Amino acid sequence: MAVEPIRTDIVIIGAGPVGLFAVFEAGLLGLECHLVDNLDKVGGQCAELYPDKPIYDIPAIPVCTGQELVDRLMEQIRPFRPTFHLQQQAEKLSRTAEGRWRLETSAGTVFEAPVIVIAAGAGSFVPRKMPLPGAEAFEGRSLFYVVRRRDDFRDRRILVAGGGDSALDWVLNLEPIAREIALVHRRDEFRAAPDSVARMRALVEAGRMKLFIGQITGLEGRDGELEAVRIRTAEGTEIRYGCDRLLAFYGLKMELGPIAEWGLNLERNLIRVDTEAFETSVPSIFAIGDICTYPGKLKLILCGFHEGALMARRAFDYCRPNEKFVFRYTTSSTELHKRLGVA
Amino acid sequence: MPKVYVVDREGVEHELEGQPGWSLMEIIREAGLPIEAACGGCCACATCHVYVDAEWLGRLEEPGEEENAMLDSAFEVRETSRLACQIRFRPELAGIRVTLAPEF
Repeated sequence: MAVEPIRTDIVIIGAGPVGLFAVFEAGLLGLECHLVDNLDKVGGQCAELYPDKPIYDIPAIPVCTGQELVDRLMEQIRPFRPTFHLQQQAEKLSRTAEGRWRLETSAGTVFEAPVIVIAAGAGSFVPRKMPLPGAEAFEGRSLFYVVRRRDDFRDRRILVAGGGDSALDWVLNLEPIAREIALVHRRDEFRAAPDSVARMRALVEAGRMKLFIGQITGLEGRDGELEAVRIRTAEGTEIRYGCDRLLAFYGLKMELGPIAEWGLNLERNLIRVDTEAFETSVPSIFAIGDICTYPGKLKLILCGFHEGALMARRAFDYCRPNEKFVFRYTTSSTELHKRLGVA
Repeated sequence: MPKVYVVDREGVEHELEGQPGWSLMEIIREAGLPIEAACGGCCACATCHVYVDAEWLGRLEEPGEEENAMLDSAFEVRETSRLACQIRFRPELAGIRVTLAPEF
């Protein structure tokens, strides 16, 4: 079935701080943006890696946390009503007959736009996979890094690996429908909501689940069907736990993904751009923020903001080829005040 | 200049200049060795995971709760596992030897 494409001015890949601020700069010029991000929230690394860490080098903000920066940017871009398409990865890029870009995501969303902006940081966040020999054969059949359908786990013997909120939440969520369930974590301390930890310990106490302190060293099974997992316990003994589902939570990692196949000029996984407009080797595709490179590039959020402003100026010419660009300041322009919703 | 010894994932040992005041991660990254250090050194990931030679382990400060929590998302964590961004190099650590943990 053909999906009706979303027609817009700019599709921004990556909803980190730089992608968010690009919405502002584009919005001032009257350009509409849609954003795609593989995370389930906006903010990129600021929200995922260091929401509580202080940032001291944002101009005029002496200190704010990663999450505060994201919250403030969201407030700042609200007048421009950006649309977010989360938990999906930008996948396929092609040209339409009219010369616009057609972008498809892993969730099947389709966009048509004259301008693509890659603000993907160090790539999209994807689950970190287990580096065990043969693990790939089980992936998607009996070894999972996310739960897509809870029913895949019904009446199964499940082992959950990890010590954070994801691991704890899923243990508690799946316990009622599992035939058997166990949790394995490398130490007897959990970085998760204290209530979840208490509930998990109560289940262990009640004999409704097992808890192993140790690390997974091997997987056993055949034809993609897991039969047992080998665990080396903290005391150094090897145990073998019979199970047919393994749900592993080792956090997220960043990888460039399908963007690498788009024929852009890449240098060590970074996208080469010019410094006039931060345009890539392909006209009307721009790259801003940590993912772009040029002589003198510094990976600073504030540099990404600047890159977004110059990108928007050039993007205007692609999006509004029949209009003349006028440079205006937010302090004085009634036109900009209207767009900002303060007129 | 005091030295730092780093064994890469192929088992090759590299002699690096130990810049006092730099983190071990920064010293390894500056030398061009493959250490991802995704978060840039703010103890928010585990991609600068190294194994510290046992005789040096005791001379380091104990890992903090934050470092330990980040090590939870690493693989093949051992008694000697540390995050290189959390080890501040000082002249007394001249000669320290670490091994890069597997990447995944």
